[in-house]
Amino acid sequence: MEETLSELGRNLSASLGSSVLDWSVDREELTLIVDRSNVIKTLKHLRDDSLCLFKQLTDLTAVDYPERPERFEIVYQLLSFKYNLRIRVKTSTDEETSLESVSGLFSAASWFEREVWDMYGVYFSNHPDLRRILTDYGFEGHPQRKDFPLTGYIEVRYDEEQKRVVYEPVKLPQEYRNFDFTSPWEGMLQLPGDEKVAENGEEA
Amino acid sequence: MAETAIKPLTLNFGPQHPAAHGVLRLVLEMEGEIVERADPHIGLLHRGTEKLIEHKTYLQALPYFDRLDYVSPMNQEHAFALAVEKLMGVEVPRRAQFIRVLYSEISRVLNHLMNVGAFALDVGATSPMLWAFEERDRLLEFYERASGARLHAAYFRPGGVHQDLPAGLTDDILEFCDHFDSYLDDVNALIRDNRIFRQRAVDVGTVTAEEAMDWGFSGVMIRGSGVPWDLRKSQPYEVYEELDYDIPVGSNGDCFDRYMCRVLEMTESIKLMRQCIEKMPEGPVLSEDNKVSPPRRGEMKRSMEALIHHFKLYTEGFHVPAGEVYVAVEAPKGEFGVFLVADGSNKPYRCHIRAPGFAHLQGMDFMSKGHQLADTVAILGSMDIVFGEVDR
Repeated sequence: MEETLSELGRNLSASLGSSVLDWSVDREELTLIVDRSNVIKTLKHLRDDSLCLFKQLTDLTAVDYPERPERFEIVYQLLSFKYNLRIRVKTSTDEETSLESVSGLFSAASWFEREVWDMYGVYFSNHPDLRRILTDYGFEGHPQRKDFPLTGYIEVRYDEEQKRVVYEPVKLPQEYRNFDFTSPWEGMLQLPGDEKVAENGEEA
Repeated sequence: MAETAIKPLTLNFGPQHPAAHGVLRLVLEMEGEIVERADPHIGLLHRGTEKLIEHKTYLQALPYFDRLDYVSPMNQEHAFALAVEKLMGVEVPRRAQFIRVLYSEISRVLNHLMNVGAFALDVGATSPMLWAFEERDRLLEFYERASGARLHAAYFRPGGVHQDLPAGLTDDILEFCDHFDSYLDDVNALIRDNRIFRQRAVDVGTVTAEEAMDWGFSGVMIRGSGVPWDLRKSQPYEVYEELDYDIPVGSNGDCFDRYMCRVLEMTESIKLMRQCIEKMPEGPVLSEDNKVSPPRRGEMKRSMEALIHHFKLYTEGFHVPAGEVYVAVEAPKGEFGVFLVADGSNKPYRCHIRAPGFAHLQGMDFMSKGHQLADTVAILGSMDIVFGEVDR
């Protein structure tokens, strides 16, 4: 398995040339990293090349890394029925830059892209129908971002007097508690006194 | 009298319609009785499972998977447990693998019983649903005897299953298997051979193999269209490789083929359950590595180290080495995948859930185009949609 995937990775980086920035095989899973301008080209090649035939887009999602300059990593999972292989294609973007929609290549992408737009606020250009999908009508913000609080901003309840559901800012009777279980021995990268080793080491 | 053109009508179906299978809101653009466009509005059951999982330890995240597709809870736990095991490189004891397969198949029967009954109900037959629930309850009792809970089991854990099967349970499961075949004959006599059912299901909502691949369909939705694709056979996990069973495949890709695939799959699942019980070896059911799985209760009473392990596991949880995996299992509804990103801490950095129903419901528009309003209900029934997993 590992061997087949490595060979496929080598072939792909040769045939796709500079659009593959990097590829790796980890835990029997092949990952290609491509520039966001080459996503369409890469996926089209993966779908139509006779050595790949990744006919199904199984999954499309995003991961948020707020500390990176391009914080969102968009992950495409493809499946080849012919060769019984899976491949992961990754690219990155930030809040402002839009990505080209792949719903023209894989019909399945349409809702997955709507979900990524809803949850992360990554904009897909040329998408036929980019609306929110999972959140409430009129929802504001992108809840899966790491800087969005778990409790959210708005809560709803049924108001007996107004006889309707009302929206209110979240009021918590108790502050959300986030426990840090990291053991002080593991969390401490340099133990007290360790700095002397470097000083003494130079002297000796 | 002059003929008048009927204006296109927008019809709101659900979210509180009994045939909407939960909380689906379907906005239909109708041309008379014919559906022009179907726009499913989902998310009414969205609970932010993926966000919650990012704030929980790996062990605390597991019970959320029961609450996704609540008709087949254990298959989902299975995907998550396999993903964590793949990241950590934990070996699962053989007995635990057999128990997992046994309960995966019980869940499959549970799920298909529900769907076969509900589908028949959608197209007008009331009684099969009630009959199916009787058998479902027998199976839920097996759930309860193994895990303590009828629905939200939290039984599969990273490293194995939580507890060993109680004495006598396997005999009762075998007894169930023996009488289930005759029950399936009754189901077939009631539904398969029924004229009304056939009129409502045959040649309705046809999906070609190409369409099924393009739209990301999996499970019965792709097998019904004639693609022999089952993850248990093609990318086997646990002990599926050693067991003998067949994969029913349809030929027309219509609602009737999908119904037949489900019924035949139940027969195969019964075969698998029998084989699992027959071949199940004795031995531990949870990994012996106390950094992942808790020590046994008896050990905790005697060993200080076991007590510390137990305390650390249930407060801090275990740390998972950094990495990314995508693990998929053949859930009764199709390919259920978990994309897990670990950053080396005790909580998942990102856990994306790939629900089969999400992809299937997306196909609602092209499948119901040109059909009558009543057919959309049949199509929806044959898709086997459960909103817990679609909305997550």
